[in-house]
Amino acid sequence: MTTYTAPLDDMKFVLRELFAHERAEPLPGTDELGDDVVDAVLEEAARLSTSMLAPLNRSGDEQGCVYENGVVRTPEGFKEAYAAFAEGGWTGLGADPDYGGQGLPQSVGMLMQEMFSSANLAFSMYPGLSHGAYHAIHQWGTDEQKALYLPKLVDGSWSGTMCLTEPQCGTDLGLIRTRAEPREDGSFRITGTKIFISAGEHDLTENIVHLVLARLPDAPVGIKGISMFLVPKYLPDDDGRPGMRNGVACGSIEHKMGIKASATCVMNFDEATGFLVGRPHKGMRAMFTMMNAARLAVGVQGLAVAEASYQGAVAYARERTQGRALAGAAAPEQAADPILVHPDVRRMLLTMRTSVEGARALVGWVAHELDVAQRHPDPAARAAAEDLVSLLTPVVKAHLTDMGSECANLGVQVYGGHGYIREHGMEQYVRDARICQIYEGTNGVQAMDLVGRKLPAHTGRLLRRFFHPVAAYLESRAGDDAMAPFVGATAKALGRLQQATLTLAQRGMKDPDEAGAAAAEYLHLFALVALAYLWCRTLDAAARGGIHGEDFYRAKAHTAHFFFERVLPRSSALFAAVMGGAGAINRFRPEDF
Amino acid sequence: MKIEKVAVIGAGVMGSGIAAHVANAGVPVVLLDIVAKDAPSRSAIAEGAVARMLKEDPGPFMHRRNARRVTTGNLEDDLALVADCDWIIEAVIERVDVKRDLYAKLDAVRKPGSVVSSNTSTIPLGDLVEPLPETFRRDFMITHFFNPPRFMRLLEVVDGPDTRRDASDAVRAFCDRALGKGVVECKDTPGFIGNRIGVYWLQCAVSEAFRMGMSVEEADALIGRPAGIPKTGVFGLVDLVGLDLMPHVLASMKASLPDGDAFREYFDTPALVEKMIADGYTGRKGKGGFYRLRRDGGTRVKEALDLASGEYREARKPSLPALDAAKKGGLRALLDGDGRDARYAWTVIGKTLAYAASLVPEIADDVVAVDDAMKLGYGWKKGPFELIDELGAAWLAARLAADGHAVPALLATAGERSFYRVEAGRLEHLDTAGEYRAVTRPDGVLLLADVKRASKPVARNGSASLWDLGDGVLCLEFHTKMNAIDPGVMEMVRTAIERVADGQRALVVYNEGSNFSVGANLGLALFAANTAAWAQIEGIVRQGQETYAALKHAPFPVVGAPSGMALGGGCEVLLHCDALVAHAETYMGLVEVGVGLLPGWGGCKEMLLRAAAAPGMPGGPMPPVSKVFETVSMASVAKSADQAREMLFLRAGDEIVMNRDRVLAAAKARALALADGYAPPEPATLRLPGPSGAAALDMAVDGFAKAGKATPHDRVVAGALGRVLTGGDTDVLDELDEDALLELERSGFMTLVKHPDTLARVEHMLETGRPLRN
Repeated sequence: MTTYTAPLDDMKFVLRELFAHERAEPLPGTDELGDDVVDAVLEEAARLSTSMLAPLNRSGDEQGCVYENGVVRTPEGFKEAYAAFAEGGWTGLGADPDYGGQGLPQSVGMLMQEMFSSANLAFSMYPGLSHGAYHAIHQWGTDEQKALYLPKLVDGSWSGTMCLTEPQCGTDLGLIRTRAEPREDGSFRITGTKIFISAGEHDLTENIVHLVLARLPDAPVGIKGISMFLVPKYLPDDDGRPGMRNGVACGSIEHKMGIKASATCVMNFDEATGFLVGRPHKGMRAMFTMMNAARLAVGVQGLAVAEASYQGAVAYARERTQGRALAGAAAPEQAADPILVHPDVRRMLLTMRTSVEGARALVGWVAHELDVAQRHPDPAARAAAEDLVSLLTPVVKAHLTDMGSECANLGVQVYGGHGYIREHGMEQYVRDARICQIYEGTNGVQAMDLVGRKLPAHTGRLLRRFFHPVAAYLESRAGDDAMAPFVGATAKALGRLQQATLTLAQRGMKDPDEAGAAAAEYLHLFALVALAYLWCRTLDAAARGGIHGEDFYRAKAHTAHFFFERVLPRSSALFAAVMGGAGAINRFRPEDF
Repeated sequence: MKIEKVAVIGAGVMGSGIAAHVANAGVPVVLLDIVAKDAPSRSAIAEGAVARMLKEDPGPFMHRRNARRVTTGNLEDDLALVADCDWIIEAVIERVDVKRDLYAKLDAVRKPGSVVSSNTSTIPLGDLVEPLPETFRRDFMITHFFNPPRFMRLLEVVDGPDTRRDASDAVRAFCDRALGKGVVECKDTPGFIGNRIGVYWLQCAVSEAFRMGMSVEEADALIGRPAGIPKTGVFGLVDLVGLDLMPHVLASMKASLPDGDAFREYFDTPALVEKMIADGYTGRKGKGGFYRLRRDGGTRVKEALDLASGEYREARKPSLPALDAAKKGGLRALLDGDGRDARYAWTVIGKTLAYAASLVPEIADDVVAVDDAMKLGYGWKKGPFELIDELGAAWLAARLAADGHAVPALLATAGERSFYRVEAGRLEHLDTAGEYRAVTRPDGVLLLADVKRASKPVARNGSASLWDLGDGVLCLEFHTKMNAIDPGVMEMVRTAIERVADGQRALVVYNEGSNFSVGANLGLALFAANTAAWAQIEGIVRQGQETYAALKHAPFPVVGAPSGMALGGGCEVLLHCDALVAHAETYMGLVEVGVGLLPGWGGCKEMLLRAAAAPGMPGGPMPPVSKVFETVSMASVAKSADQAREMLFLRAGDEIVMNRDRVLAAAKARALALADGYAPPEPATLRLPGPSGAAALDMAVDGFAKAGKATPHDRVVAGALGRVLTGGDTDVLDELDEDALLELERSGFMTLVKHPDTLARVEHMLETGRPLRN
């Protein structure tokens, strides 16, 4: 059985030291938060994760959710854990203080999300979905809707969902059929079936607030005719308490590969009462508020599972003894050396470690930009930060979840046969991590989002927020001999990314298939360049030193070296694939498959 | 007979516009109207018209000074002024009695052999001159201008049975060469060609939209772009010309068209339109039309009228299956479907084409005249018969027959054949007897389109081509979107230099797009800048400089022949030519500062050299710099070729050609004239004022900034421009060569292109088409 310890040292490094430059200017609403307060929050979240959530991970997987007569029972212990979680105020840490939240910045919130997801991915889904619903109502809801629903979502007594998918439409939401008919009193009658609804029904909260995409009677066809509605499981009474049961019910739950403790529901809406959120036919815009936050959160899930798997793998590699080190016995007193001595095991562990720490730095960067986007006094700075977040969101989602799966698999590999059996929990990470590459827009969709929407947007303006600071940084570090190999390698990779970007933009204008065929590799090339930049920054920060001991910074530097020696070279292959064009992909005839 | 002086009677919008355009042609003109009541001057109407035209921008005059060629007066005191006019144009109210009366007065004073023409759009020629003596009728014709006369190229002319051919030939020749019009001969029938078909088409499209329940956006999308009709479509066009105008035109059509005419089906104005006119919703000039812009805080919301309810609502971009089909399958696919969208498109386009086909030879001798009229007068990319060819005449006939619609005789004559064909590289059209005849061009008209039909390009890439005009002259044609300059264009410029040097005599840079070139492809540049690809951008700048310099110093003459906009990099290529033969409607400008940049392809350098050599330029290093700075720092664009001369974009020897179709032949002739004994320009050097000059320019800009006329980034850009134009760190004693100036341009450009405020300007320009004042 693996245990989980929150990587607080690295988290504090990312939070305090890595982006010291960006953070030099405090943001309104965050500077009153002293380091000690943040440390206390992080440590408490770590304790909660280790002591309460992690122990339920394996049992939750074994038991799964149970559906009976429209009611869903979560696994043993979930209810109590959720109650304690809400009681502790964890459901509202990032929320607006006007509605009872703590107003913690995203940079702290993302770290907590990582811990909760590492400890118990399935559990973290429930508060995660509520937070998405909170965001959508906060941004698009009326004052009355906000006053009625937000405090409940913030204190965790009610939870939320996002109801997009229908049997005939997943990625292509333009095909949505669920209908919304206006009633005299201004509410709407919602009728239709939604599937794959996470947390659609469960026994953790007294009410569930569904945000449902549906079509008004006069809606234009396709994606521009979709509106968003709020449909509570119980209609709030005059006191705002759960009142009459609404016409929404869970028809069944799915039997899944992983995250079994998360209830994935078929939701039937039968003339359910719903309330319009945002403007008619502008539902996609409202839903994207949730979706963008959710996509970043899923990226964090990839990171979280990789971290958990890494911890398990390191522990095992230290204690499992098999064979001898190639250059001679490392532990002659034992019958065999710990497998940690074997270069290939070390390769696997370092691949995981580099992936995890790089990912955490990337999330830290995006989280900081999110804080800027939400809190900076200068609208131009807010807009620029929003651009960068928007650009990096598909990169974070797809790259970090592909990485999460890769690491979960490496974790199993380190264990050998013992990883393949259930006992140690390593195979659960593989199964749990797998969904992250699929939901909230498959990673293929993320790559298309990057190439087809984010790249051409405003003739590449979003790109500016990435390329300009990276290029400026590299230029500023050009004279530093110690950094030369790393800065040089990053500059080379950046040059390739520039070339790939311009090429893709030109080809894509002539033939969209060209962009589509190169999208996945392009996204990973983009991610590697972003990571290379962050590893340069990490080396700078490690050289500066700070709150941690010497060992920490040494290990940090060595991890960085591994990235430059063993991971960044992948960019060459990706570049070649992108530049190779769509030829073979397009040439292959459908009948030859 | 030569036309050396003209009179226009009637100083309304049309008459005064015609007078201004005659003045643009360099010909003195008399403009008379009735005596003004209660005004200080008895000629106040004509005087007021000239004053009003001088205020318009862009106005009827190509240059303010052309107004001096207009002599104003009134019909009572000044009728004698027409006595020495060779051509008298009547543009008074559309009342036959008023016109006849006027003709009698004119006939008493006009000189023998002078021509009188009417600008009537509705009254048959026979009615106009019926009571007048034969001597008058012999000198009388109709010349129907379109509004505004300076810009609309169509001129419909009608000869009467008694009209002297030599007289009307003289007028036609004058209108063609001096006024630059596309002269189309019409028969004496109501609405001639343009309005007969054009108004039918508009009225059919509007009525059927009401009847078939199409929204205005849907109708405009279906009837616009897929058929090569301006994207304003029909409702947008009616808004532009004014809803109130339509009932007038319809009434006159109703009065004069024969009973059996298909137009009768669409004589009625929809009730909603009548109400709109009554309420002042007459289109863009009124409170709104089928579309309107509503200000919602800082943003403007485009609204469209719901034809069913008569209420405005936010305009929607229609998504219709027929439009998607047309994108892939062309015009026939648009009309082929069975949805309401395809049925609407078929009804309007099918009926309009059938109507046009039924009117030859009633309204014109051949299909070419009809196509020319619709292209020049209504802005259609293709005329009705070219559209029929796109559909297939047989297909159209079968489809009409299937709908129970009469098949016009001309369609039956065509049978399986097309109305146009290319035979041995020559364009031919089908005449009414069913024989093909060559489409002839007047002397002095050379169209690249014809050259392209008759030959293969000497060289070609995706952005530009090189054509052989014969006699050792090659033509470099741009054909990117908006003819923007991109790396492909640059490559073709270099290819052109090689090919001409290899046994040819001269090069003409010319194309037949609506604009010569809008400048460098900003989208590409911005994208590269956004990815911080600075080395690539500097490479593009350097390569452009080298390419244009090679063009300038090539061992053969290069003649630039622009029409329409020639901006930024498109202007710079012209500045490197030995001579220009510009269409009168050429709009040149170095507009780079508008997007936060400066001319970096030799534009600064060439302008400095021109200013230094300009006649009358005061001595010393500063005056030429100030002159260029004034032009470039304001991103000034010449509003005509005439103005471009004053701004030094054209030099003393450069020609201006009024008729678009005559530009290429003139350019070729000029190139050949230069080719004998040609020697390329010697490398030039300049003395420039250096930092003290830059400081002086900065002070001037500071003054503008203090007066609120220059924004913070204007100062940055003007500062960089000033530094380039004053020679950087040079001293007035130093001689700077062309390379040194190019180097300054390049570094100035690179500084600006990295500036975030510049990138914001470029982005704003690309997204809105308007400059950002940051």
